[in-house]
Amino acid sequence: MIRDKVHARSSVLLMNVTRIRWQHVVGAAVLTVVALAATLILQSEPESPVATLVRWMPFILEGFGLNLVMSFLAMLLATLLGVPLGVAQVSRVYLVRTVAKGVTHLFRNTPWLVVLFTVMYVMPMTVDLGLTRVDISDWAKATLAFALPVMGNISEIVRGAIVSVPTGQWDSAQGLALTRRQTMTHIILPQCVKRSLPSWMNWYALLTLATPMAAILGVREAVGSAQAAMEAGGGRPDFLIPFYLFLLCLFFIYIYPIALLTKALEKKHAAS
Amino acid sequence: MFDAISGFFLDLYEKTGLNFNIFYDEFEYDRVLAGAVTSLELMAWVICLSIVLGVIGASLQHMGSRTLKGLVEAYVQVFRNTPPMVQLLFFYFGLGSITPQVDMGGYNEPLISSFAWAVIGLSVFGAAYNVEIFRSGIESVPRSTLEASESLCLTKWQTNLHIVLPLAIRVSLPSLTANVISLAKTTSLVYVISVPEMTYVLNQIWSDSMNVPEMIFVLFLFYGIVIALIGAVFSLLERKLRIPGFGQ
Repeated sequence: MIRDKVHARSSVLLMNVTRIRWQHVVGAAVLTVVALAATLILQSEPESPVATLVRWMPFILEGFGLNLVMSFLAMLLATLLGVPLGVAQVSRVYLVRTVAKGVTHLFRNTPWLVVLFTVMYVMPMTVDLGLTRVDISDWAKATLAFALPVMGNISEIVRGAIVSVPTGQWDSAQGLALTRRQTMTHIILPQCVKRSLPSWMNWYALLTLATPMAAILGVREAVGSAQAAMEAGGGRPDFLIPFYLFLLCLFFIYIYPIALLTKALEKKHAAS
Repeated sequence: MFDAISGFFLDLYEKTGLNFNIFYDEFEYDRVLAGAVTSLELMAWVICLSIVLGVIGASLQHMGSRTLKGLVEAYVQVFRNTPPMVQLLFFYFGLGSITPQVDMGGYNEPLISSFAWAVIGLSVFGAAYNVEIFRSGIESVPRSTLEASESLCLTKWQTNLHIVLPLAIRVSLPSLTANVISLAKTTSLVYVISVPEMTYVLNQIWSDSMNVPEMIFVLFLFYGIVIALIGAVFSLLERKLRIPGFGQ
């Protein structure tokens, strides 16, 4: 019975996602049409820029793989750090609450790029672990840098979700003689998961869209690779439009389905 | 201003080694001041233009034809779901490579400067979010209110101007504040197209003087203060626009 209901619900969700309205298609179509137009205009050159792009595509896609790895790891780190920070924001101890609020707002109010510079320049290159010395690569540092602003925002989402749980839940838990910690882990936080899932996914999308910034500090992700490929192909100015357009399409293809799914979840949450 | 603080910071450097050279070296002081002004100018332009474009986009979606609605929707989705940094690179390097150059007597200067591309790129990016924000504001106006205005013989334009607009602005103000703040932070991204704003200038200074932690501290402070000010202005606006019986 319950399984049927869950199944029905998830199929409704899937339908919402897979039912692509024509407006949605227009989004993808505009990018494709512009790309094709650029191709036609630039085809007359001796060596077509698009041919160069196709030749270097595996290299750029490999760089995009690093974007994805950075986004997964940074999101994991941001969640692991952000959830306790959010819980700490509603702590009954004044000092814990204040410090948690301070950290949250510090990272929410600072631009990504500034956090990236901070981590890159202030963090040491190697860490002495007593027996071995561990080199920290640039992409690992960038991953940490991307995790910090998201951590602040996840902390705020968790705080909001905890506050939005009706106070009756706290009272009932107290009536069942649960401690504050038990109430938090068994009653409140499980309810927060559903409430905050759409915002969490939205922040994953924003995080992924921020990962190209790592190219500024020499990490060879998609944008860095594309710039290197343009250089290697002869650095002609007519490479610029097709290469950057390709990067835009690449990110769009990955992020747009996530955005649609987020919207569907939001709608479902609003309806229930 | 400079004379008043330079003594203190020179003393601080000599006694503790904390090198805030931007406060005692006149050359660096002027550089940072110019950077701060560029940053603030950029923020002001981007915030105003993105709001104007957002209002236009949302009105087109509210009143335009089906095709127009679809086009606005496509624009919103494209700019929301691609990296802002790549958008800036595409605008400045990609589109910049095909915009005409102006002969300045001996050397060519692009018709659209990097600052102008930064304004264009970030406004278009921010407006994509604003369209959604204003649209949800417009949609939040209850049907019964529209019917009431129709029964008072107001025309479609009068309804939009006197009923929908004032209510929609108030509903969308909190989300607008959040987006404006996020946009102000995103201006640091124009570093990639070498607009000499605060992040770019301080980056140059710490490369020259090797005082990274001090300059990063200044950067944190700068954005902290600016963001707090923008937040204060918008919450003041929210209080001023509040009408009894509507919203909280």
